[in-house]
Amino acid sequence: MSVVETKALVKRFGDVVAVNSIDLRIEEGEFLVLLGPSGSGKTSLLRMVAGLEKPSDGQILIGGKDVTFMPPRARNLSMVFQSYALYPHMNVFRNISFPLKAEGLPYEERKKKVEWAASIFGIEHLLHRKPRQLSGGQRQRVALARAVVREPGVFLLDEPLSNLDAQLRATARDEIKQFQRRIGTTTIYVTHDQVEAMGMGDRIAVMHLGNMHQLGTPQELYREPADTFVATFLGSPPMNLVKKDSCIIGFHPEHFLPEDVLHPETATFSFAFEVTRVEYLGADRFLYGMVQGAEGPTRIISKVPSLVTLNFEAGRKYTFVVQESDLKYFDHASGKRIPPLPFTTVEPTAQAVVS
Amino acid sequence: MTNGNYILRQVARYGLIYAIVTLFAVFAALPFFQMLVIAFKSDADFNNPRENIPFWFNEAPTNEHLTYLLEETQYLTFIWNSLLIGVFVVGITLVFATPAAYSLARLTGRQGERLGILIFLVYLIPPTLLFIPMSRVVSFLELQNSKWALVVIYPTFTIPFCTWLLFGFMKTIPKDIEEQAMVDGYSRFGAMLRVVLPLALPGLLTVVVFSFMLTLHEYIYALAFTTTSSEKPISVGVTTELVRGDVFFWQSLMAAAVFVALPIAVIYNLFLNRFVSGLTMGAVKG
Ligand SMILES: Nc1ncnc2c1ncn2[C@@H]1O[C@H](COP(=O)(O)OP(=O)(O)OP(=O)(O)O)[C@@H](O)[C@H]1O
Ligand SMILES: [Mg+2]
Repeated sequence: MSVVETKALVKRFGDVVAVNSIDLRIEEGEFLVLLGPSGSGKTSLLRMVAGLEKPSDGQILIGGKDVTFMPPRARNLSMVFQSYALYPHMNVFRNISFPLKAEGLPYEERKKKVEWAASIFGIEHLLHRKPRQLSGGQRQRVALARAVVREPGVFLLDEPLSNLDAQLRATARDEIKQFQRRIGTTTIYVTHDQVEAMGMGDRIAVMHLGNMHQLGTPQELYREPADTFVATFLGSPPMNLVKKDSCIIGFHPEHFLPEDVLHPETATFSFAFEVTRVEYLGADRFLYGMVQGAEGPTRIISKVPSLVTLNFEAGRKYTFVVQESDLKYFDHASGKRIPPLPFTTVEPTAQAVVS
Repeated sequence: MTNGNYILRQVARYGLIYAIVTLFAVFAALPFFQMLVIAFKSDADFNNPRENIPFWFNEAPTNEHLTYLLEETQYLTFIWNSLLIGVFVVGITLVFATPAAYSLARLTGRQGERLGILIFLVYLIPPTLLFIPMSRVVSFLELQNSKWALVVIYPTFTIPFCTWLLFGFMKTIPKDIEEQAMVDGYSRFGAMLRVVLPLALPGLLTVVVFSFMLTLHEYIYALAFTTTSSEKPISVGVTTELVRGDVFFWQSLMAAAVFVALPIAVIYNLFLNRFVSGLTMGAVKG
């Protein structure tokens, strides 16, 4: 259980800056998710922490010790690769005991620990199989068991669920989270799936093109996105963004509701919403449509809970509103979050749309 | 009716395939058979090809030529020399080609493959060009007329060849697996030893077989650098000792060849598939 810190960590591959000056501090026992689209530098960052990639610049500290130039084996961490990287020539037992062998543990102790690790993931009956005789889900468990058996200071997981089918993924997500809680090991978990990230992370670091855009709890990221990238990357469907003259305004689809639904006394911001398509999803309805932005019509989505029984038809215009407190304001040029602009400066445009 | 047709067609199909394969097998085995027959022919039978069919015994077979080979030439010494040279050269080749192939396979991008091809090109330089400069090296090492000269020289072509061969095998071993071993507490060398080498075992075996073969049938260097009978490997020993002027000791020659060729043919066949895949793997999957 160690604190992991990166200080101004940089990784360049030729001209590509894969990781651009990242400062992170992952607390003891914390579950940190690195979230970002493909090519955002998540794997590169993780591999530098593991010691598999040399940083171009910056520092890595594990448990307060500078390990920047230490080989992986000196860092007391374990890693689960996306491919699981099981040793194909060893059976499951030898796979799991391989890290213990490196420590020179005698056979009896290794056996005890392997059985303990196997029991966590319910794979005791597979110990004599070779990796090629296992299903995807079983392989993933073997890889996890091999990662915990050494009781490392840090866990690194690189998209460990992406090779599983959707159903297995949900249960595996739960399992990983539960055992991490139980043994309380500092964990860095890489994913490009925001649902996975929101569900599992104590905190999430959102990355894009090598830069860290925001670091915070799932709630913070959702409620207070630092910029338009974070806003549009999280949530399904993601936040709506509409360009206005002085800024970009953003609001979540579930906050974009028919006029009649909201309390009349709250300060609201209204739009003429032209519905183009209605999608019924059981608990919710998604309304896809257009509103008028500063640079012409903008596609946005409304998520209407099934409690609202109003009828909506494609092709018609309705008046939809957002509570003023649910509006986020972003800078036009940088996309960065800015303090709320005085309501009146924006309102005339909105009113104009309504009328 | 249709079922009957189907069976008939299958029979015809496999009949044809087996007929063709048998034809080729016989074709390939014929030289071995011919060598065996000649090895035991008497002189009178052998020297009268116009009246006697060459493919079978027209007079009683004799083992006098085999006896001659074993007693009047140093046949067993030749074999022993070849074995000795082979074992040492295989050892040297493995020691150099394995790390070379490993590091080429792990170079990022296509550099590794290009370098590998360059190294392979060295193998294609004919020994006829090289044996004169090589003789300087040999005399510098004071290994003239010694089988150890060949132990020094043969790696110059087995190493490039086997590096390329192993490169193909190493490429197919996922990088993740050895990185996993490094995270699991091993050094890069430890990971290579415990994970990469076991997985490259088929490739290593292929290298053993093929570098051994390469040394076994090498002729020019052996001819140039060994003159005493007791130092000659089989390829040169047999051809120089059993051809005197324009007299060919055909039966003994055939006997000498076939007893070395047969076991090799068997082993070669066992490894042929792997060999071909090893040679092309690097190129295709690069
Ligand atoms: N070995 C390498 N050589 C050159 N460029 C690389 C190398 N590894 C990564 N990159 C580049 O660095 C950038 C970040 O890659 P990285 O693998 O860290 O992204 P990622 O966030 O893990 O993406 P994904 O979700 O697709 O796995 C990419 O532009 C990638 O092309
Ligand atoms: Mg990745």
